[in-house]
Amino acid sequence: MLFFVEVVISGLTAGVMYALVALGFVLIFKASGVFNFAQGVLALFAGLTLHGLLTGTVPFVHTVNPAWAMPAWLAILTTIAIMILLAIVWERLVLANLVNQEHIILFMATLGLAYVLEGAGDIIWGSDVKVLDLGLPQGASDYFLDTFNLYVEKLELFAAATAGVLVVVLALFFNKTRIGRALRAVADDHQAALSVGISLRTIWVIVWSVAGIVALVAGIMWGAKSGIQFSLSLIALKALPVLILGGFTSIPGAIVGGLIIGVGEKIAEVYMGPYVGGAIENWFAYMLALVFLLFRPQGLFGEKIIERV
Amino acid sequence: MFYREAGEFKTSYAADQAIFPIPQDRWFVLGLVGVAFLVLPWIVNDYWTNSILLPFLVYALAAIGLNILTGYCGQLSLGTGAFLAVGGYSFYKLTTAFPDLNILLAMMLSGGITAGVGMLFGLPSLRIKGFYLAVATLAAQFFIIWLFYKVPWFYNYNATGQITVPPREFLGVLITGPEGVNWAKYLYTLTIVAVMALVAKNLARSAVGRSWMAIRDMDIAAELIGIRPLQAKLSAFGVSSFYIGVAGALMFAVYLGAAESGETFGIQQSFDVLFMIIIGGLGTILGSFLGAGFLVLLPIALELVLVEGLGMHTGFAEQVKFILLGSLIIFFLIVEPHGLARLWQIGKEKLRLWPFPH
Amino acid sequence: MAISRWLTGLAAGIVAATLGAGTLAAYELTIPFFSYRTGPYAPNGIPVANGWHDYFTLLNERDGGINGVKVNVVECETGYNTKKGVECYEKVKNRGESGALIIQPLSTGITYQLIPKASVDKIPIHSMGYGRTSAANGRVFKWVFNFPATYWSQASALIKYIGDREGGMANLKGKKIYLVYHNSAYGKEPIRTLEALSKKHGFVFKGLPVDHPGQEQKATWLQIRRERPDWVLMWGWGVMNQVAIKEAASIRFPMDRFIGVWWSGSENDVKPAGAAAKGYLSGTFHQPGADFPVHKDILKYVYDRGKAIDPSFRPRVGEVLYNRGLVGAMWAAEAIRKAMEIHGTKKVRGEHVRDGLEALEVDEARLKELGFGGFTVPIKITCANHEGPGLVAVQQWDGKQWKIVSKFYEPDREIVDALIKEDSEKYAKENNITPRDCK
Repeated sequence: MLFFVEVVISGLTAGVMYALVALGFVLIFKASGVFNFAQGVLALFAGLTLHGLLTGTVPFVHTVNPAWAMPAWLAILTTIAIMILLAIVWERLVLANLVNQEHIILFMATLGLAYVLEGAGDIIWGSDVKVLDLGLPQGASDYFLDTFNLYVEKLELFAAATAGVLVVVLALFFNKTRIGRALRAVADDHQAALSVGISLRTIWVIVWSVAGIVALVAGIMWGAKSGIQFSLSLIALKALPVLILGGFTSIPGAIVGGLIIGVGEKIAEVYMGPYVGGAIENWFAYMLALVFLLFRPQGLFGEKIIERV
Repeated sequence: MFYREAGEFKTSYAADQAIFPIPQDRWFVLGLVGVAFLVLPWIVNDYWTNSILLPFLVYALAAIGLNILTGYCGQLSLGTGAFLAVGGYSFYKLTTAFPDLNILLAMMLSGGITAGVGMLFGLPSLRIKGFYLAVATLAAQFFIIWLFYKVPWFYNYNATGQITVPPREFLGVLITGPEGVNWAKYLYTLTIVAVMALVAKNLARSAVGRSWMAIRDMDIAAELIGIRPLQAKLSAFGVSSFYIGVAGALMFAVYLGAAESGETFGIQQSFDVLFMIIIGGLGTILGSFLGAGFLVLLPIALELVLVEGLGMHTGFAEQVKFILLGSLIIFFLIVEPHGLARLWQIGKEKLRLWPFPH
Repeated sequence: MAISRWLTGLAAGIVAATLGAGTLAAYELTIPFFSYRTGPYAPNGIPVANGWHDYFTLLNERDGGINGVKVNVVECETGYNTKKGVECYEKVKNRGESGALIIQPLSTGITYQLIPKASVDKIPIHSMGYGRTSAANGRVFKWVFNFPATYWSQASALIKYIGDREGGMANLKGKKIYLVYHNSAYGKEPIRTLEALSKKHGFVFKGLPVDHPGQEQKATWLQIRRERPDWVLMWGWGVMNQVAIKEAASIRFPMDRFIGVWWSGSENDVKPAGAAAKGYLSGTFHQPGADFPVHKDILKYVYDRGKAIDPSFRPRVGEVLYNRGLVGAMWAAEAIRKAMEIHGTKKVRGEHVRDGLEALEVDEARLKELGFGGFTVPIKITCANHEGPGLVAVQQWDGKQWKIVSKFYEPDREIVDALIKEDSEKYAKENNITPRDCK
């Protein structure tokens, strides 16, 4: 029984980690209908930048001795500024030229972005494994382990708390601020939003900036787990079933979807895996999402699809 | 001036329905095919066959397959890698179980098996649409790859799960295996791809093809005018998977010679082929070739320029290549969002008016 | 750094091209290297490639090449991708006057692709401690070498080490030994050996696969936490290693009972886990550290002269994977020397180097001459045995550096050889190969 609780807890925490990545997808999809293939690479790029700033690596000549040491808060703020800058450049150079194109074309453009950032991240910061030392809690929680013999990872509790805060902030941002209302208007209907004087381009910059910041959070959490390295860009694959299950447009959907997928795949792997040879987590997540989708084709929290001729 | 339709009179329905109604086009394409069939086999060497021509042809065939499903019928699929794997493993099982089986027949059978698997995973498309449909094909992708690792029967119980193609002949010439003859490998693949491309082109113009496009453009309206979504969608999944299955068999047997399910047919393949058809042009056969050319040949060309031409160190060149490739993709999308095939068409329109644009 | 180096290189190239156009290039030994400095496995690929490259640069700078013939190292970037590996192979195989002399694919997947091609193109493959294990049988795999030890030997040696730690092989009975493996051809390599060994010694064996890339292993480690195996072995690669070591530390699995394969035992793998990784073990066949004469020479002749492929790597010279690149390059160079000796020519080709590999003998005295005294195991390759000695030691991470903590173990020949025989004969049958007679 205790073991079952452990499996569920680890599923929940893993789910939160997936949801952190999925959130970035949702933000961009909601406001612009773009499936952002580069979200994983964004997380990698943000993580690399943060690490570089923290340790004082000189860009492009990452091999020279550290040039400065930045306090963590300043490094994070600078990274956020860089992610915003990136969003502005991306909007000016690319999105502005692709207004009104089909979604699949914009999807393809994000592949281009992924390639560019992959190459640029390597050239600027080097491609070895980087240890991100932000003083985040690590290892198992002694309290739970000693008192209840329950294994809970501290980092993941911290990630869950961060995700909670993030969702609350995003919800407030979307519901209570002027920009948030404008964002929702754009999400509902591009043309109607334009006609009442909302600038689509500003909105895009904001959305991509916020997605960049969410990517930074995901990069920090996953980077603390495994060190910051190229593989970080592959976490997007773990976010896909979460995204599909939760619905592409719903922020709570990303969280709930993450929890369902996390718990589902852990239970499957631990209790079903041994009978079929293990490593079933990956496909099980998609099968689970598929089953849910057969009942709700628009995802758990997706907007209802209304079809007209 | 030279390139125009004026003075072309069509006197029969057959002429009107030709794939290339303009003679210049027809001669150009025939010339290209002629060079591909009659000239290239004489001059190909190992590098050209194994690193350039075979991957280009195999990916073009896979792209045609995916284009039928995604470009013509509008059903997004991210399971291409898995369907390639089904084709490859089917061929392996068939050719090792029946060593005397003609490899062309074995490849067609592999395509048939893949078509069955594709239709099975296509069933959810009747309920789930758009990006959400990706989940069904993604489930196929991860499940099938996993299955080929876990069930030893698929790889004849060898120690590691790698499959290696045994040497097989076609019409008395060795095609598969390390000693396969270059020109024969190339011609064999080229013939299959050319014939299947022609079939696909005609299929797309037939009643079936039209029903696919109707479903793509608006499925409810299509249903109202009497097209059955079940038949249209499943036939698209079936035909598409058949093409991809044959491509998978070619990839495993002729191009690579050995394969491992996750590494050779992983999720990256699914994305790559999808990107090929988007950059090439959705819903065009020509686009499948152009897209495959773009994503198979351009990286090789870029690397050649960067490493051999500019003397960059390989690792650094690879990173620069990524940046250039990404920028080029974005550049082409901005220039022409509907793909290279559309660019080609626009070029032709311009040519028609040349040199008197007004 | 990369950019400035490239610019200077480009400028030098243009100058050289304008000045030296028309002069005939001297004969060079083309030695390709399939590196991966990009992609998910780049952190592991870079040190190996640098070690390999630096050793040949050292030979060129210090000795003027091998027996006076300069070496031209041709790197080709594979990104650990099989298809790019095949393209690399076709690109380099006819490079230069000598053609490619020996291929190090540096990836199990690419090795499998190249094994059938090697015999056709007459270029030997040296998959050093990776690739297809049954290639150890030289009767069937004439062109493939995998010395100094295979995965199966390693699995067996690690079990012997465990036996020693438990106070004798008899004490293995009833013990639980688990294997956490990369779910791929590479990761599955040791399973059959371990199964056979578990039958022989009566320990309980269980394999837990982890899918690529392996960033999320909670389910695996929860099972280990519940079932509390006595020992955990790991066949991992890339990010999977770092996550596994971290997870093991989190569930408080004793680190000194957790042993990685030699691809799971580098500085990269333990550093992200920090202090928690202290005590972690891994297999190895050479010493870590930069205290050998060859390292001093490399720093003097290669780095000080600014000839290093990656000058920034200087402080990392002596890392485990760097040393692995070095030792591989050393054996390749010795094989070429041997080939020159056997065939009495300096213009060797791939097939000559194959003969050199098959007659390769690098004993302790020779190692000492080369500046590798005590660095690795002495090897002797024969026609039938392409694996060489199959000796494996265990090294431990003490929180700051790796150190070898055991003797070199001989594998359980009885079991390993039987498996090799079975698998290679099956391959021979499937591919119509008649095993050679090795007298």
